[in-house]
This record gives sequence, structure tokens and C-alpha cells, in this order.
Amino acid sequence: MLANIDLAYWLPVIFAGLMVVSMFAYVILDGYDLGVGILLELEKDTSEKDKMIASIGPFWDANETWLVLGVGLLLVAFPLAHGIILGELYLPVALMLLGLILRGVAFDFRVKAKAHHQAMWNTLFFVGSLLAAVSQGVMLGRYITGFAEGWGAWGFAMLVGLSLAAAYALLGAGWLMIKSTGSLQMRAVRWAQFSLGFAALATVLVSVATPWISPRVFALWFSVPNVFLLAPVPIFTAVLFAVIAYSLPRIAARQAQGNDRWCWLPFAATVGIVLLAFFGLVFSIFPHLVIDQLTIWQAASSTEALSIILAGAAIVLPTIFGYTIYSYRVFWGKAGELSYQ
Amino acid sequence: MSPDVASSLLDPIVLARIQFAANITFHILFPTISIAMGWILLFFKLRFNATGDQKWQEAYGFWVKIFALTFALGVVSGITMSFQFGTNWPGYMQTVGNIAGPLLAYEVLTAFFLEATFLGIMLFGQKKVSNRVHTFATLLVAGGTTLSAFWIIVLNSWMQTPTGFEMINGQAHVTSWLEVIFNPSMPYRLTHMLLASGLTAAFLVAGISAYRWFIGQRTNAVLAAMKTGVALAAILIPLQILVGDMHGLNTFKHQPAKIAAIEGIWETERGAPLLLFALPNAETRSNDFAIGIPKVTSLILTHELNGEIRGLNEFAEHPPVAKVFWSFRVMVGVGMLMLLTSWLAAWQLRRTNTLSPLVNKVLIGMTFSGWVATVAGWYVTEIGRQPWLVQGVLLTKDAASHVGSGMILSTLLMYLALYVFLLISYVSVVFYLAKKAGQPAGEH
Repeated sequence: MLANIDLAYWLPVIFAGLMVVSMFAYVILDGYDLGVGILLELEKDTSEKDKMIASIGPFWDANETWLVLGVGLLLVAFPLAHGIILGELYLPVALMLLGLILRGVAFDFRVKAKAHHQAMWNTLFFVGSLLAAVSQGVMLGRYITGFAEGWGAWGFAMLVGLSLAAAYALLGAGWLMIKSTGSLQMRAVRWAQFSLGFAALATVLVSVATPWISPRVFALWFSVPNVFLLAPVPIFTAVLFAVIAYSLPRIAARQAQGNDRWCWLPFAATVGIVLLAFFGLVFSIFPHLVIDQLTIWQAASSTEALSIILAGAAIVLPTIFGYTIYSYRVFWGKAGELSYQ
Repeated sequence: MSPDVASSLLDPIVLARIQFAANITFHILFPTISIAMGWILLFFKLRFNATGDQKWQEAYGFWVKIFALTFALGVVSGITMSFQFGTNWPGYMQTVGNIAGPLLAYEVLTAFFLEATFLGIMLFGQKKVSNRVHTFATLLVAGGTTLSAFWIIVLNSWMQTPTGFEMINGQAHVTSWLEVIFNPSMPYRLTHMLLASGLTAAFLVAGISAYRWFIGQRTNAVLAAMKTGVALAAILIPLQILVGDMHGLNTFKHQPAKIAAIEGIWETERGAPLLLFALPNAETRSNDFAIGIPKVTSLILTHELNGEIRGLNEFAEHPPVAKVFWSFRVMVGVGMLMLLTSWLAAWQLRRTNTLSPLVNKVLIGMTFSGWVATVAGWYVTEIGRQPWLVQGVLLTKDAASHVGSGMILSTLLMYLALYVFLLISYVSVVFYLAKKAGQPAGEH
């Protein structure tokens, strides 16, 4: 039975799948903590800022690891594509790394630095988060257009960059609604309303611009019967946006009475939107790694190397899921003051 | 600046190498501390569990903050590395990806997630989980960082002494994973690196504790940490000298050109002297102002007074001599200082349970001495492999990307500025934390 399976065909598919899963995990997980970083600038009260950071304290490090796994899989499973893609994305990658470094260290420095330096580290945390979010979006935008040159393509990439920052802010606000209480929770609802508009606008613009820029994607989505089969994707996305918009004022009203039910709904709905966006993206690109240039099979490592990695991944990935869930359970519930206790 | 130097500085390969060197130099500073610091924290924790003495809990509480800070810097600079393989050296993965890929994948899969996830519990979970789980989380973080070091050193050793593969159409394919992992230099390199980490962390702990002692924080917790650091350093340094010597013999066998550069030997000779000082001159292919002890290098490397050492002139390709020669001497010199300081401090602490003012100040001065020795040693290893990226398999210049110089130069300047800023911040925050630890809670 197993001997009949064409490993040279399936291993690259499996690794492409794992890569999508880890990128999705990254966008959701680091997305919310980058979002909290972006929202940090909107909060003026220092102790409220501390609470915001406390809500992501135990998690941000592990969250970022998904990026290392995603890029690592690209590196180890598709070395040819890794070189091409990261070579093309040299500048946004460098800026993203700058952002991630700044926020990563600011997170730690801000609680340890002298009081009069704290404001600087808070600002760097915000700047780093925003820079990382926007450059990731720019990378995505550059990638979607197949690294096309010219003002139009770069303008589009900037647009995607801002969209992603808005989506992260929405995730971050949703996260804070779950993890906080009182006035911070109320403010999180306001921030969600604010970023919701931006995220929705950005989603529409990106959805229109992508097929407009790539004829292949246009043909893929707007041919019969695909146009009908795929219709649920934009429809469900719109429904989820509507659910968030409808629920936010009601959650605010309920919270005012001390009722915390449904506080998780905006976050869950945002995860759904990101999931749909991922589906749309993967559907548009697969089986290419570099659009219209390089397929997953052309870029893959040798079957032997992939088998070795897969054997390890099959044991380790479930373990990672296990202890990630354990860690979230340990820190379940509202975030308190962050202390090394 | 002469036009020659200016044009070579704009050479994209030179720039890419400088950028990569800057990144690994910055990166290695932090794992070097955190690998061993994880175990030191576990030691504090276990001492507290066993004795119930509050001083161990206090020591844990103080050092876990420094650990967290160090870990954060290690993670973010490590992420930079994983991207730069692709941005700066695309030819690397294209040629040896079938070997480097699985090793890097195993590093991320087995170590990275483990330490990153349990770090959260270790740092912020003391009140949320039982003491036993918290101890276990500390153990997992320490084990994770060490496992991480294991995979990275395996890959680096393989790049130095590659075995267990065959080349097919310009790509390396594995013939034996056992030979890849247990390549000839791996055991020496791994032990040498782990001991280096132990020494770096030991001197950091001893140095910061000595600083706290110096400014008047004469508590049991500070003394306990200082004794731990000093004892660890005093035990590890002779081991390191022994392992370093064995590592040198291994290098002599597998990478003779690197040894010739380390020792500054141009012509093959018998009874080669140990050069204490020299200015290796690549133009005349000889040393200026050489001062040496006759026959000692031959004795160390061949265990015979008149043993033959092959000179650089025998190798068509050899590393840049002066950089390797001097990096090696900096490493050994700092090692000697470590030996003297740690033994003197250990002797004093044993006799009088305190330090003389002079030794106290020397310890403070040597707080980051481990960094100097580690970075110098790392340069010996990495520059000593040039012009190869993978010894005998892939030349560094063949792995470089075609990104323009302007782009590399501007990002290089950005990274350099960032690293200087972060390094200053790191060192000053570590000392600030030490100073703040003495104030009663609530005042800061």
C-alpha cells in the first residue's frame, strides 16, 4: 500500500501544507500580540499599558516561534524558493526584523529600565510592532504580484501592509476584550470598532486589487463554475465582519453591567476572517511557490531529506500543540499584573 | 581611504560577509549566556527546594530577570539569522540544503518551541503552577537551550569537517546521518562551546554579584550567587584548557591550514616555536617582530619536540592569517586571565568568606570577559575556515546572493546602529537591575 504512494509528489505537498498551517498559526498568534503593540500607542495611562503588555507576556515568545517554523520550513523544504523569495524581499525583511527586534527587546527592557526610560521603550514597542506588521503586509503584497516592479505594484504592497496592520489591531483588540476587565476592556471595544472599519476597507481593496493585478488569479476566481463554488468565501467574510460590527456595541452594553459573556466573539470571528483570507490566498497560488514561476515540486529538497524532517515533525508537532495548549491553560482567564512570581 | 579599499568595501560579497559576521557576533553573545544560565537557575531552584533557604529563591528571582532579558535578545537576533541564510547566502541551502535543512528543522522543532513555551511558565507562572511543575519548566528551558546548541554545533561542525554525504549534480546528498551528526570535530566543538557558555555565565554571575557586593548589597543571596559563579568558573576553566587542547589536535588533523594560520607558520617546519607575539604579513608571507618559545607548538600539536607542522605555503587556499592569529591569542589570553582570577577568588572566598577589594574589582571588570573569549574563539573557527563556507565543498563566494551593494550596505549600517544601541542598553540595564535589587520593594 505505502509503496504505491508517490513520495516525490506528496512530500512537497505535505510540507507546503505544514508551511501554510504554521504561517496561519503565526498570523493569528503573533498577530494578536503585534496588534496589542500597535494599540499600545492609543492608551495613555501607564498602568493600563502595563496591563496590555501583561496580557501577552507569557505568550509572545512562543508566538514568534511560528514565524521561525514557517520560514524554517520554506528554508529546509524548498531551498530554491527560499533564496528567490527572500532575495526579492530583502528590504521589507530587513525592516520587519528591525521591528521584531525592537519590540522583542522593548518588551523586556521596559519593565527593567529606569522609570524615565520607560516611555521610550513603550514607544519603541509600538514602533516595532507597527513596523513588523506593515513590513509583513508589504512582503505579502510584493509576493502576490510576483515581485512586479513599478509604483503601482509598490503602492499595492503598501496597501496590503496597512491592511495587515489593521487586521492585527483588530485581533489585538479582540484579545484584550478576552483578557482584560473594566475600563481597558471598554477601550478595547472602541479600538475594535475603529480598526474594524479599516480592516474591512482593506479586505475589500485587497480582494479587488489581487485579481486586477494578476490575470491568472482573475481567471481562477471569475470563471464558471469557480465563481459559484467560491462565492461562500467573500459571503462568509462579509457575514463575519457584520457579526463583529453587530456584536461590539452589545458587548459594550453588557460589559457595563458586569456581564462578560460573548467577549470572545470578535476575536473568534476575526480568526474566521483570517482563515478565509488564507484559503483564498492558498487557492490563488497553489501549487506555485513563486507565482507563475516556480512550483513546489521544482523547489523541493530531496525526498530523503524531506522524509527525515517529516519523521521528526510527525512526533514533535503534536507535542508542540500539546504544550502550547497547556501553556494557554496555565495562563487562562484575565491577565493580572505581570510579575516574576 | 585608498580607492582600493573603497572598492573592496563596496564588493557585495565583502559586505554580505561583514553583515553576516555582525549578525552572528551579536547573536552569539546571548545564547552563550543563556545556555549555561538555564542550568545555573535550575541549580538555584534545586538548592532552594532541598534546603528551603530563602537566599536561593532570592538568587533565582534576581537572575531569572537577567535570563529573560538575555533570552529575548537571543530570540530576536536568532530570527534575523534564519532569514539571512536566504537573503545573503542563497547558494548555501541550494548546495547543502539536504543536510543543513533537516538539522535546522530539528533545532526549531525540538528545541526552539520547547524553550519558548516553557519560558512563559518559568518566568510568569511561579504562582500559577505547582513548585514541582515550575522546577520542571526550568529544567525544560535549560534542556531546550542546550539541545538548540547541540543541533547548531552539529551543523557548524559538519561545515568544518564534512562527512557522510556524496555530491550529485552539485548538491550534497546524505549517505549516513550518523556520520553527518557525529562528524569528526563535533564532540570537541560541542564540549568547547558548552564550556565557553559555562564560563561566560559564571563570570557574569560572579561579576554582577561582585558589583552588588561592592556597592554594599552584602546579603546572603548575593554571596551565594557569587560563590556559585566563582566555583563554577574555577572548575570549568582547567577543563576548558584541556578540551581546547584536544580540539586543537583535532583541528590539526582535519584542518591543517587553520592551525598554520593560528600558529602563524608560513613554511613547513620541524620544532615550530609557540609565537607569543608576531605581525603576520600576507605580502611578504612571513611574520614581522616574531617572539616565540622554541619548539613548543610542535610539542603541543605532535607531542614531539621536533614534530613537523605544515606551513601555509603548502595550501593553495588558506584563511587570512593575521585575523585568525590574533583572535586566537585574544581567546587564550582571556582564558589565562580567567584561570588566575577565578582561582584567586575561589581561594579567598574559601579562606575568608569574602573578597579582597582588588579581586572584587577585577571580578567586576571581568563581568563580560566570557563574551570576548567566545567571540574571539568563534572568529578563529569561522574565519579559519575561509575561503570555504563548507570545507572543501562550497566556497563562500559561490554561496553569495546577487543583491546589490547599496542594499546590503544600507541594511548593514541599520543593523550596526541597532546592535550598538541594544548592546549598550543591555549592559546598562543589567547593571541597573543589580543596583535596583538592593532597594527595598516599593521604592522603585
